[in-house]
Amino acid sequence: MTTFGAPDSRTASAAAITRIVREEAGRLTASLVRLVDDFDVAEDLVQDALVAALEHWPRDGLPERPGAWLLTAARRLAVDRWRREADYRKKVALLESAPVPGSTEVDDRLRLIFICCHPALAREAQVALTLRAVLGLTTAEIARAFLVSEVTLAQRIVRAKRKIVAAHIAYRMPTEQEMPTRMNEVLTVLYVLFNEGYLSSSGQAAVRQELMHDAEWLASLVVRFLPDQPEALGLLALMRLHRARSAARFDVDGHLIVLRDQDRTLWDRGAIIAAAGLVETALRMRSPGPFQLQAAIAACHAEASSWEKTDWHQIWALYGVLLGLAPSPVVALNRSIALRYLRGPRAALAEVDALRGELENYHLFHATRAELLRALGQEAEARAADQRALELTANPAERELLTLRTSECS
Amino acid sequence: MKYMLLLVRSDEEWEALSDAEQDYEAIGRWWAENAQAGHVVSGHELEPARTATTVRWQEGKPVVIDGPYVETKETIGGYGIIEVPDLDAAIEIAKTWPARGHAVEIRPVVEGR
Repeated sequence: MTTFGAPDSRTASAAAITRIVREEAGRLTASLVRLVDDFDVAEDLVQDALVAALEHWPRDGLPERPGAWLLTAARRLAVDRWRREADYRKKVALLESAPVPGSTEVDDRLRLIFICCHPALAREAQVALTLRAVLGLTTAEIARAFLVSEVTLAQRIVRAKRKIVAAHIAYRMPTEQEMPTRMNEVLTVLYVLFNEGYLSSSGQAAVRQELMHDAEWLASLVVRFLPDQPEALGLLALMRLHRARSAARFDVDGHLIVLRDQDRTLWDRGAIIAAAGLVETALRMRSPGPFQLQAAIAACHAEASSWEKTDWHQIWALYGVLLGLAPSPVVALNRSIALRYLRGPRAALAEVDALRGELENYHLFHATRAELLRALGQEAEARAADQRALELTANPAERELLTLRTSECS
Repeated sequence: MKYMLLLVRSDEEWEALSDAEQDYEAIGRWWAENAQAGHVVSGHELEPARTATTVRWQEGKPVVIDGPYVETKETIGGYGIIEVPDLDAAIEIAKTWPARGHAVEIRPVVEGR
């Protein structure tokens, strides 16, 4: 947690405040949700407390314990709000006994993440609610990040919160028996979040890219409190491996550069070594899962000094294990790419073509085919496949890359 | 918290199953076990939807119609009211419903409004 030594007399920087808000907002919401048993009220209180902080901190400097400051502010606001209600004394008494943030055993934010990612909520609702309640993003920010209208996003969140109350989704951690499926749900949401940021092009709104960091931060929170969950470790490692390569993903003009063509000197070696260590820690728990395997594959790529020197055999084998655990045509497609470097483009193309039925509408299916066809000298067919891939992708950066390729080849 | 478990099935597919496939013994065991555990408040199997009668109001007057409220392939083949601490507990029970080809819709019951 962010700590401050002496009371800070400096003017609080916007960056410092943002960091504190991220660290404290979810924690505070979580404690309040448990106390007032009402998501909306808890969130309103936190938002109002944050507004108060934004007024005071830049002027008066950062308080020594920002979390406690915010809790005090939220309490005061709650008392104001409840003064007219009949049972307000009871509510206030409850609130007064609220522990200072940071003092509870299992972090309240973790519990909140599990609630926000409850399987009874639709995926988009899980994602929006997690950003809103745990990270304290505004509905406007979330709407911008997901390219939907603020009204739509707000409705999505309201509906989800109403369901939590009406269907009585409890504010508790999953039991040991529930944990595997619930954990998987949480990790999937974080992965969706991460990808929303990761796959956005460099030209897109910063709030979208920021999702990548938000997701990684949430994953590190899960790992901090549940260090014995190998899949959570795997996901965190996967995110960090991707991020370690992010400096090489776009050229100066913001064009996407594929892994093969990236300048590997731009990769963050230290981060790669650390993340690969996480993968090993996870795999030693002897309960392999999709995220660990994807992280292991990403580590293979990240540790290779060049595309040619990549350990394709290892990658091919890891994809095989992944296919066994979670059969998916996309994974099979990726394995065929590794196969190309083990047994040549013809063998790979045969595997890829067998996936047509399932992947006909997936742009990377056609992009992969194009590459293999080109390697086999079938230029006209390669161009047609590239064209098809282009028609199917909505991502601007990927579109650019494919446009470039079709025009270069024509 | 009380929840209603709506046991959704295709009448047609259900009736096409053999006795062994319908396995009423397993269904009976499910009710007995959950009653013993104190979860079940009540519950019944329903006759197929073709036996349904619906009363609708047209221009303020009740009209009796032969058939279910909506004609769909999948209909409510039965229901159970359970009382458990929260939705997760209800989901865990719903997951154990043994009848083949069913879906279980979990609806929170409004209490004390």
